[in-house]
Amino acid sequence: MNARVNWTGYKTIVRKEVTRILRIWAQTVVPPAITMTLYFIIFGNLIGRRIGDMGGFDYMQFIVPGLIMMSVITSSYGNMVSSFFGAKFGRHIEELLISPLPNWVILAGYVTGALVRGMMVGSVVMVISLFFTRVEVQYPLIMVSVLLMTSVVFAMAGMVNAIFANKFDDIAIVPTFILTPLTYLGGVFYSISLLPEFWQKISAFNPILYMVNGFRYGILGVSDVEIGYAYIIMSVFGVTLAGLCLWLLHKGTGLRS
Amino acid sequence: MHALQVNNLTKTYANGVEALKGVSLNVEEGDFFAFLGPNGAGKSTLIGIMSSLVNASSGEVNIFGTSVQQQRSLAMSHIGLVPQELNFNQFEKPIDIIVNQAGYYGISRKVALERAEKYLTQLQLWDKHDEISRMLSGGMKRRLMIARAMVNEPKLLILDEPTAGVDIEIRRSMWEFIREINESGTTVILTTHYLEEAEELCRNIAIIDHGEIIQNTDMKSLLGTLDIETFVLDIREPLLVAPQIEGMELKLRDQFTLEASLPKNKSLNALFSALDKLDVRVLSMRNKANRLEELFLRLVDKGALS
Repeated sequence: MNARVNWTGYKTIVRKEVTRILRIWAQTVVPPAITMTLYFIIFGNLIGRRIGDMGGFDYMQFIVPGLIMMSVITSSYGNMVSSFFGAKFGRHIEELLISPLPNWVILAGYVTGALVRGMMVGSVVMVISLFFTRVEVQYPLIMVSVLLMTSVVFAMAGMVNAIFANKFDDIAIVPTFILTPLTYLGGVFYSISLLPEFWQKISAFNPILYMVNGFRYGILGVSDVEIGYAYIIMSVFGVTLAGLCLWLLHKGTGLRS
Repeated sequence: MHALQVNNLTKTYANGVEALKGVSLNVEEGDFFAFLGPNGAGKSTLIGIMSSLVNASSGEVNIFGTSVQQQRSLAMSHIGLVPQELNFNQFEKPIDIIVNQAGYYGISRKVALERAEKYLTQLQLWDKHDEISRMLSGGMKRRLMIARAMVNEPKLLILDEPTAGVDIEIRRSMWEFIREINESGTTVILTTHYLEEAEELCRNIAIIDHGEIIQNTDMKSLLGTLDIETFVLDIREPLLVAPQIEGMELKLRDQFTLEASLPKNKSLNALFSALDKLDVRVLSMRNKANRLEELFLRLVDKGALS
C-alpha cells in the first residue's frame, strides 16, 4: 500500500518537474547550449589554438569534459533551487507537505527532476562539442556514473539553498559567489599541474575539481586526481547532503511554521 | 469515533506570539463543524497544525485516531484542506493541479483524471480545466481548491474561509456542494467570517479567541442562549430623540432609522403597540445581524473586556 502510494507520488513529482523543464525549455535548455557554444568557439577554437596541447590532448578536447560538467552542475543546481524555491514562494509546496508522501520521496522526486535537466543539458552540450572536436569515450561507465553522482550532489545542494532562501536574491547568492568560482577553479579550463604547488594544494579542497577530473578520466582517460578519491568525495558529499536535506525537511525548516 | 481530537494544544511562534494556549476540542465523525473566531484568534494556526503545516509547541492532534505528530503520513491520508490563501501553481492548468494532487496520495492517473472531471464538473469549472489557472476569477480559484481537496476523497475536509470574496450565487452553490459532501459521510470543519454560512450549514460549533476556546457546543443550544435580539426599523416620520419604552432599548441610527434591542421574553407585538402609542409608524423591519453574528460579537466582546 505504502510502496504503491510512494511510487505513484514519486512519478507524479518527476512528471511535474519534467513537464516544467520542457514547458520553459527556452530558459532551461537553450541558455546553456548558447553559453557552451560560445565557450567552444572562443576558448576552444580561437584561444585554444594558441594554447596548444594540454594533458596530451588538444585544448578543445581537453575542455569538453569540463564544459559538459560545468553545464550539468549549473543546470542540476539551478533546476532544484528555482523549482523548489518557486514552489515554496508560491506556497504550492503545501500540496506536497500536506500529502501522505514521506520526505525521502519528495527529495527523490525533486532530485530526479534536477537529474533529468542535468542530463538533458549535458547531452545537448556533448552534441554541440562534436561540431568542434572528436570525442572518444574511454570509460563509459565512469563517465556516466560521475555525471549522475555530480548531478545528484548539486541537486541536493540546491535544495538546501532553496530551503533556507527567503527571497529570490537568496537563490542567486550561492551560484554567483560560491558555485561559479569553484567551477572555474575546478580544472575546467586547465590542468592543475600548471599551478604552483601551493595553489595545487588549495585546489585539492575544491570538490568540483574531483568531479571534473573524474568525468575527464571517463572521457579522455586522463585526470589530475586519483579516480578513487573522486568517487569517495562525491559519495561523502552525496550522503551528507541527503542526510541534511532529510533532516531539514523533517524539521520543516523554512517550510513549516 | 472522533474525526478530530485536539488535546491541550499550544503553539508559541518564534517571535513569542502565543497563538494557542492549551486548546482541546473534539469533532465527531460525520459532523459539520463550525470553527469561528476573530482575525488572529488562532484558527489558522490550529488548522495548520491539523494539516501538519505548523508544528505544535505541545499537545497532540489525532485525525481518526491517528496522531499527526507521531504518524503524519497516515493522518494526512485522511484529510483534504482548502486553505485561506491560494496555494496552487497559477501557471498550471486546473486539470494538472488536481491530477498531480491525486498522485501525491497514490491515486493512479486514470482514476485521478476521472475524479478531476467529476469534481470540476460539480463545481462548474470543467469548461476551464485546460486554461491557465492564473486566468481564472477569484471565485473559480477558490472552487478549484475545493476540487483539489476532494480528489483524494478525504474522510475529513477542512475548509478555511472557502467562500471569501465569492459572490452570493456561487457561494450558495458551494454551500450545496459542501452539504452534499457532508451528507455522503465526509466530516467537514468550516471556518468562515460569514456567520450566516456557519448558522446555515453547521451542527456544532467552537469559538476561539486569543488562542482559547471560549465556546464549544451544538449550534441549536448556542443560539438558544441568545437573550437579546436587535432589529432595525425604518420609520415614516423623522425623530430627533429615540422613544423610551420600558424593558427595551431603543437607539436612533439616523432620523428615519431606529434600532430596537428586545429581550427574549418581550414580543415584537409589544414593541409595535408601544411605538403605535407614541405615533411612530414603522415602514419596514429587519434583523440587525443574524442570530449567530449577534452571539459571536457578544462572546468575543466579553472576552476582549475580560
